[in-house]
Amino acid sequence: MLERIYKAQTVMDSACKAFGRRINIMEVCGTHTVSIFRNGIRSTLPKQLKLLSGPGCPVCVTDQSYIDIVLQLADRDDCLIATYGDMIRVPGKDGSLETKRTRANVKVVLSSEDALQLAKDNPDKIVVFVAVGFETTAPATAVVVEEASAQSIDNFCILSGHKLVVPAMRALVSEKNHNIDAFLCPGHVSVIIGYHAFAEIVERYGRPCVVAGFEPLQIIEGLGEICRQLSAGKAELKSVYTAAVTEQGNITAQKIMADCFEEADGFWRGLGKIEKSTLKLRDKYSQFDALKRFNMTETPVEDTSGCRCGEVLCGLIEPPECSLFKKSCTTRTPVGPCMVSSEGACAAWFKYGPERKHRQ
Amino acid sequence: MCLAIPARIVELEKDNAVVDAMGNRWRAKTTLLPEAKLGDLVLIHAGFAISLVDEEEAKETWHLLAEIADFDQTQDKVSG
Repeated sequence: MLERIYKAQTVMDSACKAFGRRINIMEVCGTHTVSIFRNGIRSTLPKQLKLLSGPGCPVCVTDQSYIDIVLQLADRDDCLIATYGDMIRVPGKDGSLETKRTRANVKVVLSSEDALQLAKDNPDKIVVFVAVGFETTAPATAVVVEEASAQSIDNFCILSGHKLVVPAMRALVSEKNHNIDAFLCPGHVSVIIGYHAFAEIVERYGRPCVVAGFEPLQIIEGLGEICRQLSAGKAELKSVYTAAVTEQGNITAQKIMADCFEEADGFWRGLGKIEKSTLKLRDKYSQFDALKRFNMTETPVEDTSGCRCGEVLCGLIEPPECSLFKKSCTTRTPVGPCMVSSEGACAAWFKYGPERKHRQ
Repeated sequence: MCLAIPARIVELEKDNAVVDAMGNRWRAKTTLLPEAKLGDLVLIHAGFAISLVDEEEAKETWHLLAEIADFDQTQDKVSG
């Protein structure tokens, strides 16, 4: 194992020397961000190699207007809100789900199946499932929507906040002032969509895309592979997560997802409106769409808190550059979603501290 | 949020499974992975098996999870 780490580090060192300027690699996935900080990987990298935390934490990129709708629904006596724990502390205009929990109509679930079960157990309530997450999580939502439809469970609906990773990456590298040289691509999203899904970013935008798992060795080897490509002046598509990721991905999950959802334009915190970047329920399942059921629309609101999560998510600034960081915004009193979510870049910086000294 | 835990399928009836990781057992669905069989090692995300995974990869992850749990406990003791 040490030999493999040493090999990757040697490649990184020589790439940094050959490149002549800083190399910026964006880790797209929030789970990568946590693993990188928790394992102290930043401190093992050459100082010319910079990791940018991208928009791959679902909680962080969920627009404020979505949170506000969830909170409005939580105020209704006829509703039960079923949510993954990740969303519970995100502040909206009027508190958070955590503060609403005293009303006993907010339930934390570990899977979409639990949310559907909640609907079966509470026929007098309408269960609204707060369906967030990328392609890893969306198929699990699709399964229960189909189940609810097949079993005519009418008191179940979802508020789809599901998002797609590739359109966000495309939006980032389409910006004129972006500084991203390559992407470390998310392991478990790729289990579903297959590493072929990133081909467009490689071919059209000339950025290396390397899929890695979440263990430290995987991440270091992924970064090494990116550096190998950059120093050779190449951009290629590769996966070092061969234990679980295939080129085509999980076809069954893709089919179930495509049957249930269609792509739609949508709002991302920090990135704004991105074409065909979100998943909305197809018309045949519209009775399970919470927005339609309660006749609500998502209207993006301007964030006036001074929070700079948006720039953090685009890799334009690092958390300490925000004037709120560690002052009014801490993990106990989070202002923005990147501090709320344990996978957010701000929370990781806050918890694991600034970068330690580099190797050179 | 995209965490997935490797676990072994120890019971399976249609797409309802019971999975085991490091002695912890819980219910999961194999709807997204119809080829999964009893005894297979799979990655579980949000209650669903999403892919098969090999033994070496699973052991590596379990080992790391155990380390993290030990570390977090130590942290709690230090701070509490």
